[in-house]
Amino acid sequence: MSEHIVSKKTYYTIFFALLVGTALTVAAAFVNLHNFNIVVALLIAAVKATLVILFFMHIKYSTRLTKLWVAVGFIWLFIMLSITLTDYLSRAWLVYKP
Amino acid sequence: MSLIAVDPIEMGAPQVDGEPLSYLNDGHGLRSWLLTKDHKRIAILYLITVSTFFVIGGIFALLVRINLLSPNGVFDADTYNRLFTAHGIVMVFFFLVPAVPAILGNFLLPIMIGAKDLAFPKINLLSWYMYMLGATFGLIAIIAGGVDTGWTFYTPYSTSYSNSNVLLAGIGIFIVGFSSILTGLNFIVTTHTMRAPGMTWFRLPLFVWGQYATALVIMLATPVLAITVSLMALERIAHVGIFDPAMGGDPVLFQHMFWFYSHPAVYIMVLPAMGVVSELIANMSRKNVFGYKFVAMSSLAIAVFGFLVWGHHLFVSTQSVYLGLIFSFLSYAVAIPSAIKVFNWTATLYKGSISYDTPMLYGLGFIGLFLIGGMTGLYVAALGIDVHVTDTYFVIAHFHYVMVGGSLMGFLGGMHLWWGKMTGRQYPEYWARAAMVIQFVGFNLTFFPQFILGYLGMPRRYAAYPPEFQVLHVLSTAGASILGIGMLITIVYFIWSLKNGKRAPANPWGASGLEWRTSSPPPTENFYETPIVTWEAYEFAPIESMQVLGYPGDSSRSTQPVPKEHGTED
Amino acid sequence: MEQQREAGTLGMWWFLLTEIMFFGGMFLAYTIYRHLYFDAFAAGSNVLSIWWGAFNTAVLIASSLTMALAVYHAQMGNSKKIVFFLLFTVVLGLVFLRVKYIEYSDKFEEHVFPAGDFRWPLAEHPTAPSNVGQLLTMFIGIPPAGHTAEAPQQALPANIDTKYSDKSPYLGISGAIPEEVSKMGMAGHVRMYFWLYFVMTGFHALHMIIGIGILLVLAFQAWKGKFSKEYHSYIELTGLYWHFVDIVWIFLFPLLYLVDRHL
Repeated sequence: MSEHIVSKKTYYTIFFALLVGTALTVAAAFVNLHNFNIVVALLIAAVKATLVILFFMHIKYSTRLTKLWVAVGFIWLFIMLSITLTDYLSRAWLVYKP
Repeated sequence: MSLIAVDPIEMGAPQVDGEPLSYLNDGHGLRSWLLTKDHKRIAILYLITVSTFFVIGGIFALLVRINLLSPNGVFDADTYNRLFTAHGIVMVFFFLVPAVPAILGNFLLPIMIGAKDLAFPKINLLSWYMYMLGATFGLIAIIAGGVDTGWTFYTPYSTSYSNSNVLLAGIGIFIVGFSSILTGLNFIVTTHTMRAPGMTWFRLPLFVWGQYATALVIMLATPVLAITVSLMALERIAHVGIFDPAMGGDPVLFQHMFWFYSHPAVYIMVLPAMGVVSELIANMSRKNVFGYKFVAMSSLAIAVFGFLVWGHHLFVSTQSVYLGLIFSFLSYAVAIPSAIKVFNWTATLYKGSISYDTPMLYGLGFIGLFLIGGMTGLYVAALGIDVHVTDTYFVIAHFHYVMVGGSLMGFLGGMHLWWGKMTGRQYPEYWARAAMVIQFVGFNLTFFPQFILGYLGMPRRYAAYPPEFQVLHVLSTAGASILGIGMLITIVYFIWSLKNGKRAPANPWGASGLEWRTSSPPPTENFYETPIVTWEAYEFAPIESMQVLGYPGDSSRSTQPVPKEHGTED
Repeated sequence: MEQQREAGTLGMWWFLLTEIMFFGGMFLAYTIYRHLYFDAFAAGSNVLSIWWGAFNTAVLIASSLTMALAVYHAQMGNSKKIVFFLLFTVVLGLVFLRVKYIEYSDKFEEHVFPAGDFRWPLAEHPTAPSNVGQLLTMFIGIPPAGHTAEAPQQALPANIDTKYSDKSPYLGISGAIPEEVSKMGMAGHVRMYFWLYFVMTGFHALHMIIGIGILLVLAFQAWKGKFSKEYHSYIELTGLYWHFVDIVWIFLFPLLYLVDRHL
């Protein structure tokens, strides 16, 4: 695997995309979308993070193995968050009636 | 035929005092050891320190057992709390987690894949210093009065009420966690990038697969422990109530986070031992492990499934019962890859040329005890039964069967198998067999009564108990004494053999694997020339050819290389 | 050489994976408590200054760009530009920390530092910057004119969904919240929000400080001419670390500052 050199132009493009994303997420925060504010905020954050990972961190040009490990990291985080949250969401299903 | 000749003198290796240059005499003095970057020397450093902690943990175990001789306890309850906590913390964090990976893994993993060293030798040395630093904190915590929370540090007791050295112990565990992360990092990268030419993934010894799977678990689980302990420590300082129900915090969240590490940690302890047992069984019955790929993949399966079952420690907490059901089911699922391993080891024995040397005895001991430990694991994974036996001696007995009967048996078996490789001297076979049998008897006598005790309702972590339990407790203490004597014998003859043991040939067992194709002890660079692997894992020459031609690498018998060309096996 | 580079990249990524899980523990605590104490978290987050947060996000993104350019020039073997961009990154990192310091001191003044003299509802509220000019003057240490003492967000906004505060989601047992909890009530839960805010941003800032230290060492080495077109993996690996710290902030910013701003 030889080194892939990302062009300066790509870096600047990503930089501007990230700034736009930041502006968007701030703007969206002031709009009342009810339950969807957090969805939008996290979606924009995820897109921004993906851009950083793919281009600034060169994952787009990495081996499949490295890509796999990055995915594993986020999947494991997801496992931890989702299973634990499942506990809190389903606790109240069972109602004890003394 | 690409066999590495292993008589170092013939290979023109330099000599030191009439002995071939090896990693042991390549540089003398404390400085050459403390600043070494050689993975083998670091393994020896780990061996010394980790064994010391094993002895310390063992002493605490005996003190716990002594207290339980009498229904009213020998020590007062507070002292007893500190004793079993010290036993738990030392054994779990300072012995079991680093034992197999940091000692045997460090020493063998690079040799087994045909590399000169681990990928990051400096980081490897750093990990030992991290271990020492963390262990020092742990030791200070114990000497300065101990910790009384149990090794699990459950909140809010540990954060708000305990007035023992929780903070120091927490810092120690945090740092030791860093040490194991660095080891795991090294193992993963080394296995990926440093394999010798021809050493494909499915030619790796199963020991390497075990270490690799362990490293995955270490890397993904340990940081969660780090943040959990950090939050606990910060909470202890700030008292914001993040885990304190009196202020709106949820202690069950702490338990979730703690067990997200600590359940996989069980696999950090037992997976590498399983790798060792694969080597023991294969080499001592001179057969390829039955279903090699299944055993290799079951290691990865255990590593993955091990992350999905932590909630079975929370069955009697306020965890949602629906999630409890799922966790119960997933816990059963982990039994499948574990059972694959046990069945395949047993199948390996079938029609093998079994020799009952000490390593094999430990291997068989592992299978038997792990079977009991694993099967009782199914009891406690069942929601209904778990409610009955949670926090009783049943659980204690269950995890000691896995931890001692599994990890420790694997560790000691591996130590015996590779002792000659590590030190250049063989242990005395007679004493070793005797010690193994004593340990086996002592172990079962210690922990089998605890299953009964637990089922009858004896809760864990209690200093006193009703008089009707005394018979079983005395039996258990008697067993612990026997186990202790067995351990003492092992320690004594290991030390004795350093000076007086027989010189170990390169391959005393007629075993397969790259580590047996270099001298005992190996040179600093591990091999005299980079090995090129053209054979599958566990290809054994027929025993007859071994007897005629000598074992490969046994220069006293023949220098003729023995293993056949790949593909000529019957 | 190629093998070493690959080993370094793989090693760094695995290290970052452990970092994901490390921060993941805090994100988990945040998620759970936001779920349990939704209203308190909303009230707490509305006290933070969205403008400082946005400003810092932009600064950190810019520092990621300069870091990436440093890596680019390292790949080109352009020593002088490496030094320039590494130092540029350091400066941006310091700007971030300076802003963080301003925000932290505001929180101390408002008595919402959870481990100190915590008071809720807010008694006084230093003026948050509302335009770029104010941002800049505050940055160099001049507080904007008209220091207000009135607290903007004391009680819950009227339109907030109170379903979480009445019943106890907390134990899953319908019935009363334990008495101690209700006594602490809102203030205790807001305090928990600020605790998580300080812990999460604190650990993030700690990572920044470590990163700045490494960058300074690298800049010095680059100045000495240690790096070349062939040998620059340390710069690349540090770049990965720096971008990771950026990513953590990309998630911290919306979660801590933004998501309940509409309430």
